Amino acid sequence: MQTLDMATTELREVNSTLQSQKADTNQRVWEVINPKGSHAIACGLDGPIEVTVRGSTGYYCAGMNKEATVHIDGSAGPGVAENMMSGTVIIEGDASQYAGATGHGGLLVIKGNASSRCGISMKGIDIVVHGNIGHMSAFMAQSGNLVVLGDAGDALGDSCYEARFFVRGKVKSLGADCEEKEMRSEHIEILKDLLERAGADAKPEEFTRYGSARTLYNFNIDNAGAY
Amino acid sequence: MNEINKPKDGIPQTAPIKSATFTDPINAEIRRAAATGIYDIRGGGAKRKVPHFDDLLFLGASISRYPLEGYREKCETSVTLGTRFAKNPIELDIPITIAGMSFGALSGPAKEALGRGANAAGTSTTTGDGGMTPEERGHSSKLVYQYLPSRYGMNPDDLRKADAIEVVVGQGAKPGGGGMLLGQKISDRVAEMRNLPKGIDQRSACRHPDWTGPDDLEIKILELREITGWRVPIYIKVAGARPYFDTTLAVKAGADVVVLDGMQGGTAATQDVFIENVGQPTLACIRPAVQALQDMGMHRKVQLIVSGGIRTGADVAKAMALGADAVAIGSAALIALGDNDPRWEAEYNALGTTAGAYDDWHEGKDPAGITTQDPELMARFDPIAGGRRLSNYLKVMTLEAQTIARACGKNHLHNLEPEDMCALTVEASAMSGVPLAGTNWIPGRNGDY
Repeated sequence: MQTLDMATTELREVNSTLQSQKADTNQRVWEVINPKGSHAIACGLDGPIEVTVRGSTGYYCAGMNKEATVHIDGSAGPGVAENMMSGTVIIEGDASQYAGATGHGGLLVIKGNASSRCGISMKGIDIVVHGNIGHMSAFMAQSGNLVVLGDAGDALGDSCYEARFFVRGKVKSLGADCEEKEMRSEHIEILKDLLERAGADAKPEEFTRYGSARTLYNFNIDNAGAY
Repeated sequence: MNEINKPKDGIPQTAPIKSATFTDPINAEIRRAAATGIYDIRGGGAKRKVPHFDDLLFLGASISRYPLEGYREKCETSVTLGTRFAKNPIELDIPITIAGMSFGALSGPAKEALGRGANAAGTSTTTGDGGMTPEERGHSSKLVYQYLPSRYGMNPDDLRKADAIEVVVGQGAKPGGGGMLLGQKISDRVAEMRNLPKGIDQRSACRHPDWTGPDDLEIKILELREITGWRVPIYIKVAGARPYFDTTLAVKAGADVVVLDGMQGGTAATQDVFIENVGQPTLACIRPAVQALQDMGMHRKVQLIVSGGIRTGADVAKAMALGADAVAIGSAALIALGDNDPRWEAEYNALGTTAGAYDDWHEGKDPAGITTQDPELMARFDPIAGGRRLSNYLKVMTLEAQTIARACGKNHLHNLEPEDMCALTVEASAMSGVPLAGTNWIPGRNGDY
């Protein structure tokens, strides 16, 4: 394992070292120590490496990740794994606002709770939250899956498109054009796979599925009250 | 004498007078709204008359100023953008850039033509909502990648291919509003790039999803720089809303370049009520932005690009004399490509409009084949010929600006200054901070913005 110590190494050097590890690297396992809540740690990674950040992080940790597995051994600040393309990001603690925002792919696992706007504008990412999520989560979510083992806050899935939301606990309220959906066998299979990959101890049958009612896809004056 | 005000029984009649408030266009819009239940959506920028560059004049040289010889003495036009933090600033031959316009709003060939024209003239072009297409990257030697609230098509590979990144906070046509692409233009390819179902009305977010204020923006820019190795300039584009404060905050957040878009700046589609009623005229925005840069000691260190209603070399020269480092054109570039060309008049008439007024770009029926995704209409547009027209136009504008600068005794367009101009109206004088012609009076000048 290679170690990068942020007590003695600048952020630029930490990131350029990790970003330069491409598909053929033989230095596949890394740890970042003494992160002290720094922003933009391990962002823009572009190869199949494993990075463990030993401590909590600031904004945008693992932003735009491709292929890499980033493990945060602490909590994550706003925008963790934003616009992730592929790979896996695992957070042992809690995640602040906008976790997984606009993510196009990959798997984001939050073992604690996630704050507001989790999965905002998600575009294909899979997110599994072991705890609860805050208000306005999955706002304008386009595609992908958001799985919540706990409860969801206000306005879940407001103005969403084709993304799927699976919640085991209570949903405080659904956002505009988001509705409860039938859980069919294909959804059970998707959920089973996601729970397994996220190391979550829960049964798919315990969840309720939500998604777009598709009434706002094309403007209609009679729906103006929903905007 | 017509039938309406013809004397009746020998008594002269009151002439019918139409209301200056309830004009024919206003009444037509009321009837249209009542019939359809939807606000008017259109493309382009503000059509209302507002104080503009036409309200400024250059003074030229005389005894107190020494002119340069036209065609013989050099007048430089180059500009370097992004000198503050980027390892690789953008070097342009001319200070006229092509503003962000999306693939989706424009056809693929139209984007290609913008790239070809910009290349030939030695300037940059800019992506738009929906991401970067390979054709666009391939035909633009200097390409600015817009980082928008929707993040449609946004991916780190394209980010790393860009020559600069423009974080779009606002747009002059709709400060505080998001983009809009109606279902008619969501073709298979556009839908795939934006990860949306085909044929839906796509409304882009008005705010970025993962930052809210200037402190967050500073960290967002740090992330973008870390992902791109601090190589490329980061622009911040703001609408002409509160230019002094927005420029100050953009610089504070770490911008290399501020792009300032006044209300005449165009859009692919948004509500007419937004275009005509929100934001400030371009002319009113420049001096406060320049003042903000000067107050921070950052004028010319953080470059200022001005857009919104730039049409001629005179407009370029005037914007630069007010303190801009460069300008950007969008609507004018489309006209150069062939948008609203009278050759399609019969077809414009069939769409219920006329050449010069066509703005229903969102419907995807553009007879010129530019603002459409319809394969048959797109085929009418030749990207090579279009690119040539654009480069001709850019070169003419540059020559015009040089002509004015030489007449003012300037050997670089950047040496133009407010003192080279006067204002024709009290309003333009107050907005631009240039004295009213024949006086040394600048209304309202007390140093505050």
